[in-house]
Amino acid sequence: MPELMQFFLSGITVGAVYALVALGFTIIYNASDVVNFAQGEFVMLGGMITVFAFEAGLPLPLAALIAILGTAVIGVALNRLAIEPARGAPVVSLIIITIGASIFIRGVTQIVFDKQIHRFPAFSGDAPIAVGGATILPQSLWVIAGALAVFIGLWLFFTRTLVGRAVLATANNRIAAQLVGINTKFIMTLSFAMSAAIGALAGVLVTPITLTSYDIGISLALKGFAAAMLGGMGNPKGALVGGLLLGILEAMTAGYISSQYKDAAAFVVILAVLFAMPQGLFGRKQTDRV
Amino acid sequence: MKLSMTTALAGTLALVLGFAAPAFADIKIGATVSETGPASFLGDPEAKTLKMLVDALNAAGGINGEKIEFVIYDDGGDPNKARTFATRLVEDDEVVAIIGGTTTGTTMAIMPVAEDAEIPFISLAGAIEIIDPVRPYTFKTPHTDRMACAKIFEDMKKRGFTKIGMISGSDGFGASMRKQCLAIIGDYGIEVLADETYGPTDADMTPQLTNIKGKDGVQAVLNPGFGQGPAIVTRNYAQLAIGLPLYQSHGVASDSFIELAGAQAAEGVRLPGTALLVAGLLPESDPQYAVVKAYKEAYEKATGKPVSTFGGYAHDAFAILVDAIKRSGGSESSAIRDAIEATSGLVGTTGTVTMSATDHLGLDLSAFRMLEIQKGGWKIVE
Repeated sequence: MPELMQFFLSGITVGAVYALVALGFTIIYNASDVVNFAQGEFVMLGGMITVFAFEAGLPLPLAALIAILGTAVIGVALNRLAIEPARGAPVVSLIIITIGASIFIRGVTQIVFDKQIHRFPAFSGDAPIAVGGATILPQSLWVIAGALAVFIGLWLFFTRTLVGRAVLATANNRIAAQLVGINTKFIMTLSFAMSAAIGALAGVLVTPITLTSYDIGISLALKGFAAAMLGGMGNPKGALVGGLLLGILEAMTAGYISSQYKDAAAFVVILAVLFAMPQGLFGRKQTDRV
Repeated sequence: MKLSMTTALAGTLALVLGFAAPAFADIKIGATVSETGPASFLGDPEAKTLKMLVDALNAAGGINGEKIEFVIYDDGGDPNKARTFATRLVEDDEVVAIIGGTTTGTTMAIMPVAEDAEIPFISLAGAIEIIDPVRPYTFKTPHTDRMACAKIFEDMKKRGFTKIGMISGSDGFGASMRKQCLAIIGDYGIEVLADETYGPTDADMTPQLTNIKGKDGVQAVLNPGFGQGPAIVTRNYAQLAIGLPLYQSHGVASDSFIELAGAQAAEGVRLPGTALLVAGLLPESDPQYAVVKAYKEAYEKATGKPVSTFGGYAHDAFAILVDAIKRSGGSESSAIRDAIEATSGLVGTTGTVTMSATDHLGLDLSAFRMLEIQKGGWKIVE
């Protein structure tokens, strides 16, 4: 059935995009319980900076590297200038601050760069690859590989490294973490830098498929957030599975039911899952000690 | 009488030099466009065009020796702000006419203010509802979506296509054009076999296109849409090797579309566009040749950016207004309104404008050129 295969490949393509964005949410969430709504802006910046560096004549890999490093610096600045000064504030206030930051970043981007839609060439050309009667673009494979690489990296980081565990400890109890000698300020800086860099990497990988412009962040962040919630916030595995699931769900609905109901069907499934499993598919159970 | 922007300017210049007319009270013109916000890619070239034209006109001596005082606000695409600014233009700035309303939403907000104050208002937005039914003080310059549909269906009919597939964006533009197209498609004896949609920020449309591909008898595909969607549809279309003729709408009639979709994927795509888009391809005998060339050169010199159809809408609105003020010989809003309605044979970038009491747009289908993308460039096919 070539149709089914095409729907599936489309779902994987879109799902990998969502998964990459969702993965970016994980680190900051794990370090501070804050859902960073400026995450989509990091994705946008990754794409936009690459576009402009590339158009200025730099080779694509160098342009991408500049974009990732530049976005990481912006992530650190966001933490230093907006999140840290409000450290005592409740998580909800911090989340609202990230929404404000995303609007700010969007505004600055449209002045510094422009308001047009951009794209740079796919890494390995545009010739479709035939798979079982259907086709997939080589760039989709890059996105899928990118999502898997980030997932494995994050998984190793959180389970195998001391710094990764320090991030989890900071989220769990900041004071206790400080008492055992964790520099929580550094952990926060690091987590923003890493989240921003992952976001920017996502932007670099997906731009040849989704195209980019200053306002693309918000819709990507929403889909990535939905994917992260579906899989379980804070869990890299959840982000990956949630993203792919959401993408496949949308593609199947568009293919077999109606493209009109594509988004609705996806969100209905998410609601149903969250109703049965409020922590998402792979979320950790929230337990409070009294 | 054929009038164009350049001859108008030259005429004014001659008048000023000849008579060294004393400065009268300035003529105050107002504008509210969406220079920033989601519609900024429309509003930004509009604002730049208006400012440039006002400066040029004033440098050349103004209208009948009177300088233009130009007040422009940025409504950011927000209808509430547009209404506030329209009220301010009417009450505080006391302008004689308003240009603006980048989007249909902001236009609908400005319209009642202008109608109540009985001040002529020239909109830069697409929807047919702006001028249908005709309201006494509201005019507009862009073609309607329905005209684009008609142009496309005419071309399909000429090529013998009677069964088509449609894939439309679900954003405002795509949804409205889909509706307009479906409303008139019967007149051309064309039947829609597949009617798919996609979200404005979707990254992959292969499922919808696979379904269209799977429908027996589809001879061509039409994609009413705007922004990145049509570029992605075009890429996916090539990816699936559908091989049927693909029609895009005037919403993506710009060079950046070819760039975004990729020259290879866009090869053979047809769409209705304005003369401005293919300024370099127009023969010198074309009635729009001089106007389009003058605007393109002036805009690109002033801003360093390529012209867009949207800036052209503002250019035409300004040309219509200046022409009307000149003919009305004064700065009475009602006289200007009558003069706008009597606009006849004014050559603009979008087409030749001839208004009447029942037609406040004044364009016909000849304003659109059917274009085909060939080897990464445009070609006029008619």
